[in-house]
Amino acid sequence: MSRIAEYRQVAPQGALDILERLAARARGRRLLHVSGGRLGGGPAEALRAAVPLLGDLGVDARWEVTGGDPAYYATVRTLQAALEGGERVPSEEGLERYLAMNRVSARKLDLEADLVLAHDVPPASLVEARTGGRWIWRCHFDCAGAQHGAWAFFRPLVERFDAAVFSLPQYAHRLGVPAFVLHPSIDPLSDRNRDLAPRELQTVLATLRVAQDKPLLLQVGPFTRGHDPLGVVNAYRIVKKHHDVRLVLAGAAGEDGESLEILASLRDAAEHDRDIVVLELPVDAHVQLNALQRAATIVLQKSVQEGFDLGPAEAMWKGKPVIGGATGGIAQQILHDVTGYLVRSVEGAAFRIRHLLNNRELIPRMGAAGREHARRAFLITRHLLDDLALMAHLAP
Amino acid sequence: MRAATHPFVFTGCVELRQTLDVHALDERELLDRLREVPLDSIFFHTHGYFLHHRAFTTAWGNDFARWAAVEVRDQVLAERLAVVDPFAVETLDDLREELATIVDQHLRGLGAVVRLPFARGFHFQQSRLVEVPLGPRATNLREFRDGLAAVDASAIYLHMVHARARRGRAAGDFAEWLRTSLGQPALAEQFGRIDTYLTSLERVRGRLLDLVDRALEEEAE
Repeated sequence: MSRIAEYRQVAPQGALDILERLAARARGRRLLHVSGGRLGGGPAEALRAAVPLLGDLGVDARWEVTGGDPAYYATVRTLQAALEGGERVPSEEGLERYLAMNRVSARKLDLEADLVLAHDVPPASLVEARTGGRWIWRCHFDCAGAQHGAWAFFRPLVERFDAAVFSLPQYAHRLGVPAFVLHPSIDPLSDRNRDLAPRELQTVLATLRVAQDKPLLLQVGPFTRGHDPLGVVNAYRIVKKHHDVRLVLAGAAGEDGESLEILASLRDAAEHDRDIVVLELPVDAHVQLNALQRAATIVLQKSVQEGFDLGPAEAMWKGKPVIGGATGGIAQQILHDVTGYLVRSVEGAAFRIRHLLNNRELIPRMGAAGREHARRAFLITRHLLDDLALMAHLAP
Repeated sequence: MRAATHPFVFTGCVELRQTLDVHALDERELLDRLREVPLDSIFFHTHGYFLHHRAFTTAWGNDFARWAAVEVRDQVLAERLAVVDPFAVETLDDLREELATIVDQHLRGLGAVVRLPFARGFHFQQSRLVEVPLGPRATNLREFRDGLAAVDASAIYLHMVHARARRGRAAGDFAEWLRTSLGQPALAEQFGRIDTYLTSLERVRGRLLDLVDRALEEEAE
């Protein structure tokens, strides 16, 4: 069975047919993705899944990456942080280096295509070397609050594209080119989301030392203030007065002082309560995170920062009700009172957890609705449809 | 079985959302922007709700009502906006006017309005539909039934919602074909009466299939 045929088993009824017909329309034209690297999460993770699938569909899709020296990468990081609103100022020299290294990349890479999608900051200035085709800047972050200086440098580059694509309308900065909105997606057949056999699930949970003798509350996410793991602990403590539950916080700690401080507080909480489990896992611990999400009774995503964290979609795909912070992409994923609840406070999270634990019949009902919602709105098949529709619209 | 004079071509669609860089951070701005945005945007935030929530009937029925309830937390305005049936008005201009009138009248009884941060504002969008012809053509009622049961739900949206609101085909494409090509005026009338308000595309599909099945049974008797 071809890889794309496997998606027919999980995608919504009729979705593969429309995908194959749109792909047939794209045959004979070239689609090129350009990003800053092939490893890690974000756009690279999505492209590792999407590009081979487009090939399976008969679309001439390629993926090129830019590169440079350490100064180039340092400037890219600083520039992106400033575009995300951080108090960072890229140096003039660094910006010159960024432009110069991308000019070198432009000479080395094959940028000939009918539609070019440049992802985030690293390849954006390649647009200066465009010779044909339609070019789209695909922005995966929130740049609405970009620092003025960084935006003054970056905006003229973006406006050399034919269009921009953002994950949410509120992430877009004012631009002189059309701005489209495409939500990110999850790959249902990846290690992070594929079905796990019962034995495999039990083995992974045993390795992680997570027992299943009581209802499991789970939050997956970095131990940062934006993801509010301490707020989740406080919600758990309110719930714990009434229900014998276990809380698992799984994620990676940053290296900055604030993250280390939060991790220390979480460890301290876990030392005093054996039902709080803090698991430091690398970002590529996909099977482990998959197993934890499948073992959970209720999944939490109590972020307080704007962002398009796909944790709710992953959990919904596994048939779990999700209680999430009413911000950014989380609010787009959770259908309040249908697939879970949107909350704005620790107390709100605790209230909703108790509500579900006291009305257990809601858990499978919301879980089933969540799986169906994820199937229709957040699978990679929908994402491929969006990309091909963009191609049909902009490069017919 | 009666053969159609023209086959029915099921057509699905993919919606490309486009942000308009038009935002409302409070209810007064919502009123102002409602009056000036393109009709495509009014359509996107009202009828488009059925495409965005294909499998579910969610609480608010349109994006304006949802925003008033979830972000502004003005339940009264949310309820007044939610009850607007976009299928009951003749034109999108009428729909715009009805929505604006509701917000205007609500504001008259309101002292101050709540100002929201940008991220929680109402961000106006519109959509471009990329149409994709699907599957084998239906040349009789049996083939139509098989196609209807299998097609992507976006085809139900395109033929039942978009055709009515944006193409001026008041009964929808299915009813039009049943009446003009298949000579089934009674079934066409039943299709035209299907209420798509506050339901999901899958439920609409289910109701259409029920009607076709009944017609097929009657034909067989």
